[in-house]
Amino acid sequence: MTLIAIAAETAAQHGSEGGAFPPFDPWHFPSQIFFLTIIFTALYLLLSRFILPRLGGVLEHRESTIANNLDEAARMNDQAVEAQNAVAVSIAQAQANARETAGKARLKIDQSIAIETAKIDAELDTKLSNAEARISDLRDEAMKNVESIATDAASNILAKFDTNAPKADIGNAVKSALVGS
Amino acid sequence: MLEKFRGVGQVAIDPIHQFQVQKWLDLGTFGNQHLYFTNATGFMLLSSALIVLLFGYAASRGKIVPSRIQSIGELGYGFIADMIRSIAGEEGLKFFPFVFTLFFFIFAANVLGLVPYAFTTTSHIAVTLPLALLVISVVIIYGFYKNGFRFLKLFMPSGAPWWVYFLLIPIEVISFLVRPLTLSLRLFGNMLAGHIVLKLFAGFAVSLFAAGGMYILLAPLAFVMGVVMNALEFLVAGLQAYIFAMLTCVYINDALHPAH
Repeated sequence: MTLIAIAAETAAQHGSEGGAFPPFDPWHFPSQIFFLTIIFTALYLLLSRFILPRLGGVLEHRESTIANNLDEAARMNDQAVEAQNAVAVSIAQAQANARETAGKARLKIDQSIAIETAKIDAELDTKLSNAEARISDLRDEAMKNVESIATDAASNILAKFDTNAPKADIGNAVKSALVGS
Repeated sequence: MLEKFRGVGQVAIDPIHQFQVQKWLDLGTFGNQHLYFTNATGFMLLSSALIVLLFGYAASRGKIVPSRIQSIGELGYGFIADMIRSIAGEEGLKFFPFVFTLFFFIFAANVLGLVPYAFTTTSHIAVTLPLALLVISVVIIYGFYKNGFRFLKLFMPSGAPWWVYFLLIPIEVISFLVRPLTLSLRLFGNMLAGHIVLKLFAGFAVSLFAAGGMYILLAPLAFVMGVVMNALEFLVAGLQAYIFAMLTCVYINDALHPAH
């Protein structure tokens, strides 16, 4: 009830104002169109002449800056890769050099060791052959002594049995016995 | 109860009152027209000033790494540029400042109109129709300037049998002539209806509360509906500005490439 009363009163009030529906009330049309023209034109000019070019310039500047920075980064990356490769190459070279030097040194040492060994071997050989010669000399001498001792012993033994034999025969017999043994 | 309420009642309940144009300043007669500085003018000036402030500030920063407001300005710039590019191609960017101004003029007016007690400039046919006529004039003038009489091919879609053209050409001409009307009425109607609905729900909540008794229980319901409608109106405010600008791009595309 109350609602209806308010609505009715509102409607009556609205009707009694005598005005048309405001958007279709023509009295303000000239003012609206006049100011719309002025304000819209001013806004358009401000935006198109000053604000939008600057805004677009900022965007363009940003894009070019980013592109430049990316290019720079790519360039630096290339440089880094190049440097890395160069380092790898020089390391490989250094390793090869070191290997070569070490090999040479080893060869030299091996050679000198061989020379020393040969020298010592030769020395030892001569010493050994000398020693062998001496040993065989001594043995021959010793053998000779053994012969004479055996001959003496044999003649002494024969003398004990009162048998005499010529010394030469005894010597021969001993020699043949020694050779036979 | 009713007596006490009457003081604010008219403003609070009358859903049409918000569209009332009030004379703020009499500027006198020019020719045979009397001009006034009205509340409509004031709010139009305010919304345009807000656009200039926002984008002027955004443009004046010009930092490589944008601040928030600069970022918003650049988003708006990119949004309009992308819209034109996708509809009218790179050539359409000639009209970038025009479409940009149109979109943000309408958008700012729509959004500012959602502020309580604010006047919605775009809820008046006296504003939307001149804007639509401006768009169509630009399209017609540029269409003839760029294409000469080939612009008339717009009314003659290729590939139909000859006798169809007797029907097709009048239809195309009428659909072209109706464009400024549909363009302006869509915006006008949406803003008008939306604000009436908002006012109705808000006024309804106040009336129900003032009516007392059991009605008070219903008042929050109307209030909640008002809030929901407000959210919807924010969507509509953006959407209608977008549709207006997008259709402008479509029409500009016609002027650029009339033989479709």
